[in-house]
Amino acid sequence: MAEKVMVKGTEAIGEAAIRAGCRLYFGYPITPQSELTEYMSRRMPQVDGVFLQAESEVAAVNMLYGAASTGHRVMTSTSSPGYSLMQEGVSYIAGAELPVVFVNVVRGGPGLGDIQPAQSDYFQATKGGGHGDYRLVVYGPESLQEAVELTEKAFDVADKYRNPALILADGMLGQMMEPVEFPDFRDLSTLPDHSSWAMQGAKGREPHKITSFDINEHVLEQMNLRYQEKYKKIIENEQMWEEYKTEDANVIIVAYGTMGRIAKTIVNMAREKGVKAGLFRPITLWPYPYEALAKLADQAKLFFTVEMSMGQMVEDVRLAVNGKKPVEFYGRTGGVVPTPNEVLAKLMELI
Amino acid sequence: MSYKIKFKGPESLSGKEFTYCPGCHHGIVHRLVAEVIDELGIREKTLMVAPVGCSVFAYEFFDVDGTVAPHGRAPAVATGMKRAMPENVVFTYQGDGDLAAIGTAEIIHAANRGEKITTIFINNAIYGMTGGQMAPTTLLGMKTTTSPYGRSAENEGYPLHMAEMLSNLPGVAFLARTKVNKPQDVLKTKKLIKKAFLAQIQGKGFGMVEVLSTCPTNWGIPPVEANKWLEENLVPEFPLGVYVDKVGDEK
Ligand SMILES: Cc1ncc(C[n+]2csc(CCOP(=O)(O)OP(=O)(O)O)c2C)c(N)n1
Ligand code: SF4
Repeated sequence: MAEKVMVKGTEAIGEAAIRAGCRLYFGYPITPQSELTEYMSRRMPQVDGVFLQAESEVAAVNMLYGAASTGHRVMTSTSSPGYSLMQEGVSYIAGAELPVVFVNVVRGGPGLGDIQPAQSDYFQATKGGGHGDYRLVVYGPESLQEAVELTEKAFDVADKYRNPALILADGMLGQMMEPVEFPDFRDLSTLPDHSSWAMQGAKGREPHKITSFDINEHVLEQMNLRYQEKYKKIIENEQMWEEYKTEDANVIIVAYGTMGRIAKTIVNMAREKGVKAGLFRPITLWPYPYEALAKLADQAKLFFTVEMSMGQMVEDVRLAVNGKKPVEFYGRTGGVVPTPNEVLAKLMELI
Repeated sequence: MSYKIKFKGPESLSGKEFTYCPGCHHGIVHRLVAEVIDELGIREKTLMVAPVGCSVFAYEFFDVDGTVAPHGRAPAVATGMKRAMPENVVFTYQGDGDLAAIGTAEIIHAANRGEKITTIFINNAIYGMTGGQMAPTTLLGMKTTTSPYGRSAENEGYPLHMAEMLSNLPGVAFLARTKVNKPQDVLKTKKLIKKAFLAQIQGKGFGMVEVLSTCPTNWGIPPVEANKWLEENLVPEFPLGVYVDKVGDEK
């Protein structure tokens, strides 16, 4: 590990990807993540990598499909409308079981929306978005340091399970500057060997076929059952979350990403008012840490979900709590970031 | 008694039986592409991208590494592959619904980037797999299941001429339109396909061969008549010829 350097969010993720061994990037500009695309255009040639600005997000995601099918580490980044356009490719990539890393720096929606930070792509990110029964591993970082670490992890997890992973950031993370410590550059020769399945030319072996396709419904069902087995392993092994001051808490705030970070301030403010508040912050949004959250239902009298959306993750919180305790919700949307004071005021009303 | 094998299929075909209808040209073109790959000695480094459409199974018919792109996106998938594996030979095989409708943007931009890939474009003026709907290449007046009164310029616009459009792009290194409905055309087409691969192998840029083809099933006419119909109707609308040729000698 080197010393800390000041970087912008989008660039932190880009640099982390390169250090993790990503050598092909395809993307299309969209605020608030265009700096990531720009960063990759500068950095990729410096590391003998490939940068290509695609003609659309539709093309970008399919370029990823092609490059990933050769066994290389590849990434794209975009923001909400662009990620919507990519959904066709996301579904194909999940079906073809290709290790790809996506970054969605979420902005206000629906439609063209605005360019301010939001968390309203949670459903799309964690529940599907494209067609078919598939899952992506979804990470919601709260800081640039965490974004850097999760980006590296996303590549490893994608490789390990041959499954796409998604960094679900928001405009705030994309645009802020913070000191981060970068990991060392990964020695490319130590990356997992994908020659057993990748398309690299059928020299001295049977040809490799990579598809998300079978016309026979029974074969396709078998393929889907295989995916589900893999998802089960991911659920068992890959859940991540953070608890902040939950030991003695009877009010559990649940928030992720930027909102999770703001929620730490809210916990502290509430404690100053004598409220025993704590924070549960899921880091993997899929697989969602249901059991860990459910455990808190014994000690808590109230769960309070705060989001930069009209309430998308609150459904997962309710699933976890399973009716044992009340789950309240507060959210702002359209690119408005809730202030600690307004969230606290709402919390005080509830108790 | 012992037998000597005098004739066998190209090595670059897997030997899986084609699933195409009788009289369909997909099979002929597959064979030509495979023979070209054999002759160029590139089977072990060829990566293919199959389309959505009747030839979706092409990845299984060719004995090379292969994948299936989403409908129309084959040129983008091929771009990703080629950028990742510049030493390999990458080709797409696409129908007119695939290449000239849903995938128009992808083919234009891949061609314009001079992407060093090869595209085999099957123009049968109709959507085969989905049961004979109108394609961008459907002729004026031609009846399909979605132009039951015949395609009209006023409602559906004109047949789209991909070869002519793409030939204006400087990134294109080889581009030809051809047909395979007669034996002499078959031989000629093979030479053109070879050149489209050479354009890539020589690093000159994008290469495409558009093959006017039959779809007897959805045209609703028997194979022999379909060949004639192609000659009399498709050829006048879509002029044959070599539109771009920047390919040097084979050696
Ligand atoms: C996104 C999407 N839209 C529509 C389809 C349905 N579809 C499958 S094949 C096809 C038409 C293919 O026609 P063409 O490319 O001309 O090939 P042909 O079958 O004639 O060989 C369509 C519309 C699809 N698979 N995906
Ligand atoms: S439907 Fe048409 S294009 Fe498809 S295999 Fe049959 S003849 Fe060929």
